[in-house]
Amino acid sequence: MPENTSAITREQVAHLGRLARLSLTEDELDHYSAQLADILGAVARVTEVATPDVPATSHPMPLQNVFREDVPRPSLDQADALAAAPAAEDGRFRVPRILDEE
Amino acid sequence: MTSTPDLTRFTASQLSELMTSRAVSAREVASAHLDRIEAVDGDIHAFLHVDREGALRSADDIDSARAQGASLGPLAGVPLALKDVLTMKGAPTTCGSRILEGWHPPYDATVTRRLREAGIVILGKTNMDEFAMGSSTEHSAYGPTHNPWDLDRIPGGSGGGSAAAIAAYEAPLAIGTDTGGSIRQPAAVTGTVGVKPTYGGVSRYGLVALASSLDQAGPCARTVLDAALLHEAIAGYDPMDSTSLREPVPEVVAAAKRADVAGMRIGLVKELGGEGYQPGVRQRFAEAVTLLEKLGAEVVEVSCPSFDYALAAYYLILPSEASSNLAKFDGIRYGQRVGDDGSRSVEEVMSLSREAGFGAEVKRRIMLGTYALSSGYYDAYYGSAQKVRTLIQRDFAAAFDQVDVLISPTAPTTAFKLGEKLDDPLAMYLNDIATIPVNLAGNAAMSLPIGLAPEDGLPVGLQVIAPAMADDRLYRVGGALERELFNRWGGLLIESSPYGAGSASDGPVPGRPGQTGGSSR
Repeated sequence: MPENTSAITREQVAHLGRLARLSLTEDELDHYSAQLADILGAVARVTEVATPDVPATSHPMPLQNVFREDVPRPSLDQADALAAAPAAEDGRFRVPRILDEE
Repeated sequence: MTSTPDLTRFTASQLSELMTSRAVSAREVASAHLDRIEAVDGDIHAFLHVDREGALRSADDIDSARAQGASLGPLAGVPLALKDVLTMKGAPTTCGSRILEGWHPPYDATVTRRLREAGIVILGKTNMDEFAMGSSTEHSAYGPTHNPWDLDRIPGGSGGGSAAAIAAYEAPLAIGTDTGGSIRQPAAVTGTVGVKPTYGGVSRYGLVALASSLDQAGPCARTVLDAALLHEAIAGYDPMDSTSLREPVPEVVAAAKRADVAGMRIGLVKELGGEGYQPGVRQRFAEAVTLLEKLGAEVVEVSCPSFDYALAAYYLILPSEASSNLAKFDGIRYGQRVGDDGSRSVEEVMSLSREAGFGAEVKRRIMLGTYALSSGYYDAYYGSAQKVRTLIQRDFAAAFDQVDVLISPTAPTTAFKLGEKLDDPLAMYLNDIATIPVNLAGNAAMSLPIGLAPEDGLPVGLQVIAPAMADDRLYRVGGALERELFNRWGGLLIESSPYGAGSASDGPVPGRPGQTGGSSR
């Protein structure tokens, strides 16, 4: 059993928010800590039947390496690729600075 | 009724006959449906975008091709509503989310391309729970869709817009996507037909991914035959989707026409029914079982004990895949960007963009998935859920050793009131308890209407489940049941809904006294 799923602290929710790049509000931290605890408590029952002898399944169909012919074809052109960009400059995506101040 | 027939009242196959015989043009058919949308969609809100110009242009193309004697597919000129999770050039794709508001995708999904190639006229994009997360469409950032049977009730979800559009006669056909029941549960609560094809049967290229190992697009319609025609139009191998199956498309149209269950072995899933299911749902289901026996099927009870763990496994696997899939919405290459004032780092801007762009349910599931995949919890949560997935597949395999198809109620209740479960995620998740096992195993399944629950007069759906790539069996069972119920009721169930009035042949529908239609059939 995963330990202590009944308690998801505000700090844990804030940490999840940082990992998932969500700038959560104070209200959300309260709300989600209670709700995530409830949901995790309910789903933790998968451990009851997931014994070591059972193999894991990640995909519904027994597919292995999938190959197709390597046929050249036109790709998205630059104008189309940039058409929906929130900000573009000199034919490229413009992004905010990537390094923090400190 | 006026002397001019209302073209929105016909099924897709009837419209096809009318157009083939040149009794009506594709433009007339498209116009009738666009006018219908204008008249009723203010109340229903099935559509997020209506492409009047594009639809009329496609219809004109079909009319001129027909005039030139071109050989056209069986659905050429038939209008359709496309769920807003599939990309389509020339129209916005939002997935019901603010983060994609105004995004115009630069390419067509394979499903969209096949619809165009079949000459199907796309009327617009339908409403949905944000990124297909939900069972009510209430999680759409653009407001909920209303159930045509009762505007205060949910139309199901996530594909509530597609189901409501066909239930309100705004389109005879729609495309939905089903990750845990998002085609079948809306079909059940709106009295329509919806099919989740075998995983890999329909290409996912251009389907904005929720959970890649579970998502599958499929047909929504008012009749089993119409669903089959649409199924054949969109299915088949696609090199652009590495999970697409290189197998021939099951002969679903022939099966829908055959509509015969004599000698078929049908398994009643013990774990999907009984306690927790509304009395009226159980009653109509029991009646349908009797009907199938009368039609010559042999019905036996089968047990799938691991299904009791399906919901729990699903709500670990889905959020895990979703948290990864939705990481691409970062406000860098497309979508909304918030807080880029020159002072903030890219990480801050991403976090602000996602915080502002995603709704409550999406954030909930992203965090749930992030938690389930984080180190120290991965084995206990995601790992265990994957093992449950194996157990569920084994249950299905054992059941299909004994029977040809499985049946159950599609959903435990009829349509509930808007707002009733909005902030109670666990209660909302229970709607999909009977549909989820199918997605975990990759099987094919259909929901079709079997009557109205006596206690509330709302539609009840029956789910048929077939083994992978045996989708045709769904249509045999669905077709047989539909014909029998049609004869009994003197029309389709949907014709007795408030928005269906004027289309049915005369005849009583159980559980809904005083609702009879006109006679345009």
